[in-house]
Parts: sequence; C-alpha cells; structure tokens
Amino acid sequence: MIPELGNFSLALGLSLAILLSVLPMVGVYRNNQLLMAMSRPLCTGVWVFMVISFGCLAYAFLHDDFSVAYVASNSNTLLPEIYKFTAVWGGHEGSLLLWVLMVASWTYAVSLFSRNLPLDILARVLSVMGVISVCFLLFMLFTSNPFDRLMLSTPAEGTDLNPLLQDFGLIVHPPFLYMGYVGFSVAYAFAITALLTGKLDAAWARWTRPWTNAAWAFLTIGVALGSWWAYYELGWGGWWFWDPVENVAFMPWLVGTALIHSLAVTEKRGVFKSWTVLLAIAAFSLSLLGTFIVRSGLITSVHAFAVDPERGLVLLAILLLVIGASLFLYALRAPIMKGTASYTITSREVFLLINNIILVVATAGILLGTLYPLIHEAINGEANMVSVGPPYFNTIFLPLMALLAVFLTVGSISRWKKTSTAFLKEQLTKVAIASVALGILLPLAITREVNFGIFLAVALALWIVLGIARDILTKISNKDSLLQGLKSLSLSYYGMQLAHSGMAVIILGICLTSHYSVEEDVRLAPGESIVIRGYEFIFEGVTRQPGPNYEADAGLITVLKNGEDYLQLRPEKRTYFATGAIQTEADIDVGLFRDLFAALGDPRGEGAWVVRIHLKPFVLWIWLGAFIMAAGGITAILDRRYRTKEKVSQQDKIVTQKDDIVMEGA
Amino acid sequence: MNRRLKLFIPVVIFLLMSGFLLFGLTRDPNVVPSALVDRPLPIFTQPSLYPEQGEYSTEDFIGNILLINIWGSWCPPCHLEHPLFLELSESEQDITFVGISYEYSMEEDRLFLEERGNPFDYNVVDFDSSLRIDLGVTGAPETFLVDQNGMILHRHIGAIDSSIWNDTFVPLLEQIR
Repeated sequence: MIPELGNFSLALGLSLAILLSVLPMVGVYRNNQLLMAMSRPLCTGVWVFMVISFGCLAYAFLHDDFSVAYVASNSNTLLPEIYKFTAVWGGHEGSLLLWVLMVASWTYAVSLFSRNLPLDILARVLSVMGVISVCFLLFMLFTSNPFDRLMLSTPAEGTDLNPLLQDFGLIVHPPFLYMGYVGFSVAYAFAITALLTGKLDAAWARWTRPWTNAAWAFLTIGVALGSWWAYYELGWGGWWFWDPVENVAFMPWLVGTALIHSLAVTEKRGVFKSWTVLLAIAAFSLSLLGTFIVRSGLITSVHAFAVDPERGLVLLAILLLVIGASLFLYALRAPIMKGTASYTITSREVFLLINNIILVVATAGILLGTLYPLIHEAINGEANMVSVGPPYFNTIFLPLMALLAVFLTVGSISRWKKTSTAFLKEQLTKVAIASVALGILLPLAITREVNFGIFLAVALALWIVLGIARDILTKISNKDSLLQGLKSLSLSYYGMQLAHSGMAVIILGICLTSHYSVEEDVRLAPGESIVIRGYEFIFEGVTRQPGPNYEADAGLITVLKNGEDYLQLRPEKRTYFATGAIQTEADIDVGLFRDLFAALGDPRGEGAWVVRIHLKPFVLWIWLGAFIMAAGGITAILDRRYRTKEKVSQQDKIVTQKDDIVMEGA
Repeated sequence: MNRRLKLFIPVVIFLLMSGFLLFGLTRDPNVVPSALVDRPLPIFTQPSLYPEQGEYSTEDFIGNILLINIWGSWCPPCHLEHPLFLELSESEQDITFVGISYEYSMEEDRLFLEERGNPFDYNVVDFDSSLRIDLGVTGAPETFLVDQNGMILHRHIGAIDSSIWNDTFVPLLEQIR
C-alpha cells in the first residue's frame, strides 16, 4: 500500500510539474497575471509530493518491504537501521528520486526567497525548472521506478546494500553532491530567462549570485566528501583518482567557480554578459552530463550503476532537449546582450577573465581526457581501446592551477575598470618577495631537502595568504582602529577571501601529502614492527570479531612515538554475510599535521598479514581547504545587499503594476 | 568568421559530443575484445593446485573443448558463478573444465573447493602470473572457451550466469560440436 502511495504521488508530482512548466510560461506571453502567479503554489505542490514519495520509499526500506524490487536489491534485514535509511539513495532508482526531490526543493526555495523578483521573471525561472522536473520524473516513472514491485515472488531476504556504501561517507556524500549538481539548475533557469527576455542587468546578476554560490558550496562539500570517502573507505590511501565519475563531478565545480567570478563582473561592471549566460548553461549541462555518464554505464568506473542502454537513450534525449535547445537559444539570442562598460588591460575585469579562461581550459582538458577513450574507439574501432590516466590529467591540470593561484592574488587586489601598474607594484612587490623567500626557506629549514615542487607550492600558498593580508590592511588603512576597519568590510568580501584562503590550504595539503607521504606494504607476523619517521608500528595480530551484518578479521597495531606508547590502530577486513563481499576497513588516526593510516592486506599464513601502513602529512588540509572554500561561498550569500530591495527591481514592480491596471481595465 | 556564427560553436560542439555519447551507448562496456580470440591458446606449464599432481602444460588439455575459468577463493563474483560451473561440469561431459587460481592462496582455494565442490577437471595455479599475462586477464573471474584445436573462441569478463551461458556459450558450442 505505502509503495503504491509513493508511486501515486510521483505521478501527481509529475502532473503538477507539467502544469508548472507550461502555465506560468503561457501566462508570461499572454500577460496573464493569474497564470504567472500559479507558479508558486505549483512549486509547493510538486515539492510536497516529492517529499511524500521519498518518505514512502524510506518507509519501505525501514520496514524491509522486499516486495519492492529496489528495496530487495539494496537492503537486507540485517542491515543496521541507519543504513536502511541511507540505502534509499544507494542505487540508481532511489538516488534518482533523491535527485528529483532536490530539483523540487531548489525550485520551492526559489519560489520562497524571491519576494524581490518581478513576477514575470519568477514565472519564467520556475517554469524552466519545472521542465527539468518533468524530464527526470518521466525518466524515473518509465525506466527506473523505485516503487516497482516483484509481483510473483516476494523474496524473504534482500540482497544487501553494497558494503562500500555502508558507511557514514555515503550518508552525506550523495545528498551534498546532488544538491550542488541540481543547484546549478537555478543559475541555468535564470540564464534561460535572460535569453528569453533579452534583459541581463546588474539586478539579474544579483538574483543569480546567491543561488550559484549556494549550489557551488554544496558541490564543493560534495566533491570533498567523495574524495574523503575514497580515502578512508576504499582502503587504498589515495584521495583522488581522476576516475571518470570523479571528473564529471569536478567539471561542473570548475565551471561553477568560473561562473561565480564572471557573475561578479557582470553585476559590478555590466560586461561579460553573454559569457556569463554561457557559463551558467555549461555548469548545469556538465551536471547533467555527469548524471548521464554515471547512470548510462557509458564508462566503466568504480561508481557505475547497473548498465542499461535504454535508460542511457532516454537520458541522452533529455540532454539533447535541455542542453541542445538552450545552447541553440543562446546562439540565437546572445547578440542581444551587449556589454556597456569599458575597461583596461590591468583592470580586475581582465584578471577575472584570465581566471575564467584558465578554469574553462582546465575543464575542457578534463572533459577531453574523460571522453577520449570513447572518441578513440569510435574513430578507430573496437580493437583500439585506450585509457587515460592520472599522468595526463596531472600534466594538464596542475600547471593551470599554479597559474590560477598566481592570478588569484593579482585579481583580488586589483580594482575595477583600471588599476594603475604603480598600485599593483606597491601592493604586491613585498608580498611576492616574502612568499618566494619564505616558500624556499621554510621547507628548507624543516626538511633540509631541496624540492622545487614544494618550494613552488609553499610560495603559492603564501602568495595567496599574504596577498589577502595585504589587501585587508590596505582596505582598512584609513579607518581609526583595526576593529572598526574589519567591521567596515562587507560579508561578501570576507566570503571571497575565505574561499581564496581555502585554495591556499588545499594547495599546501595536496603538495605536502604527495611529496612527503610514506607508504609501506609489508608482511608482518605478530610482534613484528616497522618504523616510519619516528613512529613504530607493532603488529599485534588479527582476531575474528562479529559485526551486525558481517564478520571481521580485526587487526591490532600498537603505535609508539619516539619509543613511547602513542595509540592503537584497528584496521579490519570484513566479510558481509548477505553477499560474501569482502570489504577493507582502514583505520586512520586523523591529525592536523599528519594522518596515520593502516589497512589489512592478505593473510600470509601463521598469523602473518600483509599490512599497509601510510604516514600522510597534511592530508587533512585538502578537505579542510574545501570546507573553508564552501564556508566562504556561504558567507558571501549572507551579505546584506542580496536581501535589500534594489531600485531596478522596484522599477520592474512599477511596470508590472501598470500591467495589472491594464489587465483590470481590459 | 561572422560573429553570429561563432555563437553556434557551443551547440555544434555539444552535438558532436552527443554523437560520440550515442555511439558509446551502442556498445556494451563489459565486452572487452580480446586480441586472443581466434588465436591459439598460449603455451604454458604451471603447477597443479594439488602439489602431489605435479605440473600441467598446454598439451595435457588440447584436443578437448576447454572451458578455462580464472578464479580465486577471495573473489565474490567467483562464488556467484561457482554453482553454475558445478552444474555444467555434470551436464556437459564433453567439456574439459580448467580452473586457474588467480592468486597464490592455494590453501584457501583448496579449502573452498573442498567445502563447496570442485567443478574443475584440472586445477592449475598461475604461480608466477605469467599465464594471466599471456591471456591478457584483467581480473577475476574471466572465462575462455577453447575449441578442440586449441583456438580461443570466446572470452567473457565477469561472472557467468545461466542466461549468459545460454545466450553466448551454447551457440558457440553448437558450432564446434
């Protein structure tokens, strides 16, 4: 009964979404206020039915309703309650439901927080988002319905959730990732609206910015959580593999980052308009491409869902509709939007343009690398299969990011319209000298080792951080006191600098971890030990221990630091009852300056095991940096000016009021 | 170039990409073509899983239809296809089943076969990974079908179930019987 209710409310949600995608848009062109005004209640309706559907599926999982095919293949009576709930998005159908729920939630949020928006703009934005809901609801109902029943025989027991996914990381990673993916649909809808109206002004950019920031912050955390999860759950000790599925989540992030910067230029200076629109379309298009690649089984990957070519075709059709049509619309309508202001070669506009070019080139490089195996095979035939690995991606990506870091400080310290070279010199000479000098001296003093990669990374991180300090000092130099000065700076300024310092933290984390990690795979018999940089790891042996739905070989490793008792690590190798799947569970002692990582390999007889022990300095900084970045994005949203009514929108209000009067008169 | 035409570049790039994506959908990502299909089985000499039985080499098997399965007791998908192999080794008497243990964990492999039944006529250990390299094996399980002349007819990557068996292996077997 409950699954039928869920199914029914999916269908009702679809009907309302169809109305949402049609009626307000018709209202816009017929100038019918009533139809336009229907957009808000329709959004609420779609959202409510999605919540009900999601609740029904969660109910089926929590009550072990194995007559539902999706539940039967992703859950098990022995599964702990919390994982029964998170298993709702553990497979294709359920995660698609989560995806659609989030589209509905963003749409609903836009309808709630859009009091400043003229009704005709709001109606268009919500209609466009309605179209997206319709596409994915149709896709779900006809190819991947999570409520499909196993009519003839209800299994007594479910197959179990993939053990890799029975983990805290999975509880939070997909929701954040989808929130980010789907969040770009708001910027996309605003972009389409701009193309339809042909009007793209400062007010438009100001409406779009907070939504883009929010989606970007979610995606930042989503990607970081994915990387963190891979680090501790896959048991390999790596944190980024340039796996196709990682790439497709990373590309919208890069373009989203470019979009945030380009939106700033469009808002403040009224230029880069059509470029901003293109980026907004691209960010969401790449999100859709990611969804397509992961769910069509197009590219083999550790993340791949079950392969189904039919689903792939439907998704490709959705891509053609949503992306193809919007890019076509862009080609037709972009000439209408012309930049109004002028700027010089040393202006902030130009530095942000450079930022955009670097980010887009990086994205294009990653996109090419991700799709290259496919392109190669299409041209050269099946016998010629290639794979593109980390060497390619690192070669393309890392130099670009170094360049980006250099321009980051120059860009954020420069002024709009025109920055005198004398000003840039005065501001940055000392920063440059200090960061290069310290970048070489600090690592040298600590490690007594010449390593240019490290020098460069530390210098770049310092360049960013010292640049921020310099800029803040300049900005508050005319204030009476430090506190007063700091108070005078806006939240969006703090947000920007916070996000930028996150970048510095990530640069340090990535470089220091890559260069200074020690990774040992050793065969250890009980009592034997290995010493890594002052830490002695003593292998105490492995014992069998039962878990709720698995049995574990639990290892015990005592760690001594400089000969004294320090801590114990308990890596496990679990065998899950339901499927017999074996899962390596690493144990990690997390620290701000180093992680101690231990995982069990294979038994080697007589109690001896192959044990993997890593010492990873600064690895936490990678994710810390990402969280600082996301916090920066959120801080910027809280800026007051996004909530105060603007003159432009009031003018629009007056226009719409006139329309009201005309309507009443008619 | 005309400025207005330039604006069509994104949509053209996207359509091109969609073409490749459409192509991608037409192929099955699980079919990894083997350069070895229609080529003779590589010549090898490897020890038996049971030390008392000494070594096996290619000549010991050639002449019969061979089903070579690369497996390991540590590999869950291998557990999945195991019952099917037990069944097939009963029903398909003219096929010689050769099990090649993937990883050097002979003790556990022997234990596994003892507990769950041994479908294989010959159990070979790929002691130094050389056979795996010769066959281009990417992981476990993989299954090769070899005809009476020692030519490789088909390679399957991943676990085999009865529908895969009936759809791919049975027609090939009918051709050579």
